[in-house]
Amino acid sequence: MNITLRVWRQSGPDAEGHMQTIEVPDVSEHMSFLEMMDVVNERLTLAGEDPVAIDSDCREGICGTCGVMINREAHGPVRATVCQLHMRSFSDGDVIDVEPWRSDAFPVVKDLVVDRGAFDRIIQAGGYISAPTGSAPEAHAAPVKKQDADHAFDAATCIQCGACVAACPNGSAMLFTAAKVTHLGLLPQGQPERHSRVLGMVNQHDAEGFGGCSNIGECTAVCPKGIPFDTITRLNRDLLTALMKGGE
Amino acid sequence: MAVSGLIMVGYLLAHMYGNLKAFAGQQAFDEYSHHLRELGEPILPYGGALWIIRVVLLVAVAAHVVSAVKLSRRSWRAAGVNRYETRRNRRGIQRSYASFTLRSGGLVIALFVLYHLAHLTWQWITPGGASPSPYERLVNGFNIWWVVVTYTIAMVAVGLHLRHGTASALYTLGAGTTSGSRRVILAVSVALAWVITLGFLAVPFSVLLGVVS
Ligand code: HEM
Ligand code: SF4
Ligand code: FES
Repeated sequence: MNITLRVWRQSGPDAEGHMQTIEVPDVSEHMSFLEMMDVVNERLTLAGEDPVAIDSDCREGICGTCGVMINREAHGPVRATVCQLHMRSFSDGDVIDVEPWRSDAFPVVKDLVVDRGAFDRIIQAGGYISAPTGSAPEAHAAPVKKQDADHAFDAATCIQCGACVAACPNGSAMLFTAAKVTHLGLLPQGQPERHSRVLGMVNQHDAEGFGGCSNIGECTAVCPKGIPFDTITRLNRDLLTALMKGGE
Repeated sequence: MAVSGLIMVGYLLAHMYGNLKAFAGQQAFDEYSHHLRELGEPILPYGGALWIIRVVLLVAVAAHVVSAVKLSRRSWRAAGVNRYETRRNRRGIQRSYASFTLRSGGLVIALFVLYHLAHLTWQWITPGGASPSPYERLVNGFNIWWVVVTYTIAMVAVGLHLRHGTASALYTLGAGTTSGSRRVILAVSVALAWVITLGFLAVPFSVLLGVVS
């Protein structure tokens, strides 16, 4: 198949960007979107041009680095990561618009690559448990209800890709933050720091310049891991409890 | 946003109930209007309870507007206004139309409230003629088509605002942690939006169509 890409090109963090049109003939429909980009970059390199910068790592949908906006849908038309999106999801002759995630808290590094360091700092602000190291504790020491274990596990599948932010009309990272708060908040190991966690993470979220959540739900429509909306209502509940206990 | 919004929802329900008294005739309506001012007497002076309601409402409106402005400014900074170059999917993937019109609709409602107060409370504008009776002011006004049109636009905006706002407020307060409870909340907020929109519109349309005169 033959497609036309319109790709965001920006040579550096402070440079002006623009959309570049690139004709891409002879695309196999079995290629992943990333493999198609590899072909594009090979051809650009052979022609002596600058290849399009795009992040990737695992290429199996678990690392979360490969996110871009495709026709203003985070990760494109399939609810999967860009490495798991195949060209058969498009048709011959399509014009495909590819842009980086847009958020004040995700500055563009180059072309389609953004700096998602803000997510790491939110995790550092509370997305962990403090546990003494040593030999592994006895597995039955802290029983967990099956339902809670399942919910916690669902929330734990977040891969920090940032699609929720890119899709959110408010540029909020609440789904990401809530996934971690829910994951740890449902487990016994997460209880001691439950309230300091939600306060720390939400404060850091706001300090990073993410917008406020207004419960629109665009995030859950694009999340490749299907993180559910109830993580956000759980976060709200924890936050209210923590605030009423006198937290800031 | 959530608490001030829910206070206003409570007010809207009470206000709608009061308006529907118009169907009980002039005497019932004017008595109700008078009764509102006698509420709480003799502990409160004449009009005292109404003033308490007004102050609570004013605080709620102010809190709502201040939070809305703060939230909007955060959102414009975080997401930008012209965020993506592409023209596709500008309305998002799944978001409701109601959520899309929250800010513009809120502005419409704010302007409407000023217009509405100037009309029926302060009586700066008296389309159809002034009168000492609240009932007559209402009937005089709603006999004029453009008054009904402006009220209709505002009530549709109120309905859309509530369609998103009620559920959103409840989520913010931590309700809806299961998909079942969220379905209930969504159904309640859609129903409330319809009840309030149609309940308010019943009076102006009945006047215009001559059912109430
Ligand atoms: C068709 C729809 C409506 C009708 C027919 C209507 C009618 C009235 C009337 C007759 C009054 C004066 C009552 C009196 O002086 O005793 C009034 C007052 C008021 N209305 Fe409405 N109203 C409508 C919709 C709304 C909506 C949607 C809002 C808010 C968003 C609203 C907010 C108010 C306020 C704040 C007052 C002043 C209360 C006070 O401080 O005395 N109204 N309305
Ligand atoms: S919540 Fe979903 S969309 Fe957001 S970072 Fe995690 S995996 Fe990505
Ligand atoms: S490259 Fe790891 S998720 Fe796509």
